[in-house]
Amino acid sequence: MRGATHAKWAVCAVVVALAASACGGGGGGGGGGANGIVSSSWGDPQNPLEPANTNEVQGGKVLDMLMRGLKRYDPKTGEAKNMLADSITTSDSQNFKVTLKDGWTFSNGEKITAKSFVDAWNYGANLKNNQKNASMFSYIDGYAQIHPKSGSPTADTMSGLKVVDDKTFTVKLNQKFSTWPDTLGYPAFAPLPQAFFDNHEAWLSKPIGNGPYLVDSYTKGSKLSMRKWTGYMGDDKAQNGGIDLKVYTDNNTAYTDLTAGNLDLVDDVPASQLKNVKADLGSRYINTPAGIIQTLAFPYYDARWNTPGAVKVRTGLSMAINRQQITDTIFQKTRTPATDWTSPVLGAAGGYKAGLCGKACDYDPAQAKQLITEGGGIPGGQLKISYNADTGSHKEWVDAICNSVNNVLGNDKACVGGPVGTFADFRSQITQSKMSGPFRAGWQMDYPLIQNFLQPLYYTGASSNDGKWTNADFDKLVDQANAETDQAKAVADFQQAEGVVRDQMAAIPLWYQNGSAGYSERLSNVSLNPFSVPVYDQIKVS
Amino acid sequence: MGRYVIRRLLQMIPVFIGATLLIFLMVNVMGDPIAGLCGDKACDPATTAQLKKEFGLDKPVWQQYLTYMGNVFTGDFGTAFNGQKVTELMAAAFPVTIRLTIVAILFEIVIGITLGVVTGLRRGRPVDTGVLMLTLVVIAIPVFVTGLLLQLLLGVEWGVIKPTVSSDAPFNELLIPGLVLASVSLAYVTRLTRTSIAENSRADYVRTAVAKGLPRRRVITRHLLRNSLIPVVTFIGTDVGALMGGAIVTERIFNIHGVGYQLYQGILRQSTQTVVGFVTVLVLVFLVANLIVDLLYAVLDPRIRYA
Repeated sequence: MRGATHAKWAVCAVVVALAASACGGGGGGGGGGANGIVSSSWGDPQNPLEPANTNEVQGGKVLDMLMRGLKRYDPKTGEAKNMLADSITTSDSQNFKVTLKDGWTFSNGEKITAKSFVDAWNYGANLKNNQKNASMFSYIDGYAQIHPKSGSPTADTMSGLKVVDDKTFTVKLNQKFSTWPDTLGYPAFAPLPQAFFDNHEAWLSKPIGNGPYLVDSYTKGSKLSMRKWTGYMGDDKAQNGGIDLKVYTDNNTAYTDLTAGNLDLVDDVPASQLKNVKADLGSRYINTPAGIIQTLAFPYYDARWNTPGAVKVRTGLSMAINRQQITDTIFQKTRTPATDWTSPVLGAAGGYKAGLCGKACDYDPAQAKQLITEGGGIPGGQLKISYNADTGSHKEWVDAICNSVNNVLGNDKACVGGPVGTFADFRSQITQSKMSGPFRAGWQMDYPLIQNFLQPLYYTGASSNDGKWTNADFDKLVDQANAETDQAKAVADFQQAEGVVRDQMAAIPLWYQNGSAGYSERLSNVSLNPFSVPVYDQIKVS
Repeated sequence: MGRYVIRRLLQMIPVFIGATLLIFLMVNVMGDPIAGLCGDKACDPATTAQLKKEFGLDKPVWQQYLTYMGNVFTGDFGTAFNGQKVTELMAAAFPVTIRLTIVAILFEIVIGITLGVVTGLRRGRPVDTGVLMLTLVVIAIPVFVTGLLLQLLLGVEWGVIKPTVSSDAPFNELLIPGLVLASVSLAYVTRLTRTSIAENSRADYVRTAVAKGLPRRRVITRHLLRNSLIPVVTFIGTDVGALMGGAIVTERIFNIHGVGYQLYQGILRQSTQTVVGFVTVLVLVFLVANLIVDLLYAVLDPRIRYA
């Protein structure tokens, strides 16, 4: 009978459906206290998870849990403190001697020796390995041979790195760089076990490190489970049983999951929810400064922006932007109007100087209009601010800035936004020097040093000097600062260099960005470090 | 019949090549994907050159396309920028989306056809008017509104379901997302069935069947429904492909890591390999679904025969 076969099909379909749903039983969080598991939102890392190849926050937060390097930035103050390093000494700011602490191992039992570092750094710097952070090693002598600007490497190792014994190695830099040891907290400088080199594929699918956590299971693109490593040697032992990072396609969805009690921690509260977040979470919402500054950069390869008059125009534009109003209304106070070119997380001792920008960063419509007119008006008659339209809701604030500028100039068409479809296209237009007007520039610090906010961005030919700005005075002051053996003097020199950036208005500082996070009632002791990443190991579960 | 199938299969080849070429060109037009890999920093030129070489982006587009298609025929869909094989991504994404599609199609068939038959047999009565208005409302509301509302009400306010789907995405968690995904098509299926039934219920063969004294149930299922299903089957068949490719909004709302999610990620990161790979498979799904629909015609109505 035909009817009978139909019925049979229906039954089969139901059985299959039930069986399938039974297979996929999801386990909830296990227990509380020291064994409690924290579930946290995550974004799919852009690059494979390896120290020298990770340059964005999502991969970075994992490395921060799995790896420990010579130094580590204090989660509260950002100060670089010795972790695996027993000491890093120098007499001339160029030759460094690194000694390691005793007894540290990787989670697979392998001892951490000087070789673990030297091999890892050589791997990271080698052009053959395509590591996106290779330039972090560019200060080490011999980098040019292992990572030539073109052609293939002529060496396999950097001549500046020498293993002395199990516990000691020396580093020779290719220039004086007094604060270089403080850069070593950056994840790219983490040591790697032999297993990384022996079976790279296996390591990538289940990374082995030396941090407070170890990888329990990793399903790429959806979930990474980490558990507390009981053999961890450091003082910052995990206060919870582990962290489950769940990939979310959309931070709004993650926020919904948090409010429904399905997730413990969201480290990126979506802009659209900022209005409700106080009501939803109360004191379980964190909004603290991070080492991120947003600026407007200019294309100095375009002759019209490189005239003496253009300095006045840029300063005038800076004064035409009502920073306070934009940060209050569009960002709901999760940004702070910038008054210098660094970040408050550096602290006064680290080089942050509130008000360094002076009047040029104050909203002053009359003065702004006067300066822009004196400088010969906006080059080309219209200001077009480029931004990528795919992520980060940049449209809102770019439109707001334009509105501000248009009001000042009394001209509806003086400033318009110039959306670019994707971030990749936006970046490729910048690297190919195709910008005709100012463009959005964001800088997230690699390490909490004033050097990191100035040199990569404004030094002649520097890696992230997207506008190709060049100024001999600035370069001289930076070189001088780097050669200084005394930290305080170095910082003062950098601030003087920052003064040059101000006088020329090389880039218009907009605002410092805060990190924001929200968490469930199960958690306590949640905080964000200066990189706006939760300090996962200190989170307590009740 | 056999010749017809072979002819249809041969027709697929130019469609397949044309579609993949178009996608390939479109993704390439978007600009240099490597530039976005280093965040707000500029990638260092030597590494960029090296990466371009590795992904074959340093060659002219036509050559990239030929190499790509050559590889596809050996089952190699290339590598996404995060170092994962595209086939690996497919293996993770397609089962999830297929499950979601099955749930959605089942809703369409069960609820849609049932409502269609009920209303079609009771034209003009309150039930008919009620369902017609309801379907109109469903069609008018965009999917993301339905999705977010159901998520908020059932997931957050009442706690009936989890607001998001876990990474395993079992069938029971996919019920609500499946319903959301199916909602608009479901309304169309209802309306199509209703019209078709209403029209055919006056047909000669139905009158004959009733006159023969056949039981009402048999008249409806054997005679009326079977003939009325042809437009509905056409719609559902094409909808299979549309649901799989168009699940992007639903997948985003409920955090389902299926095809839509991978495509979205691929487009954002301009990963040619990911986008072209997934679209290639989706094109195949469309083509096969359409073929099956055409073959089903002959089964439903023997008067439609393909030589």
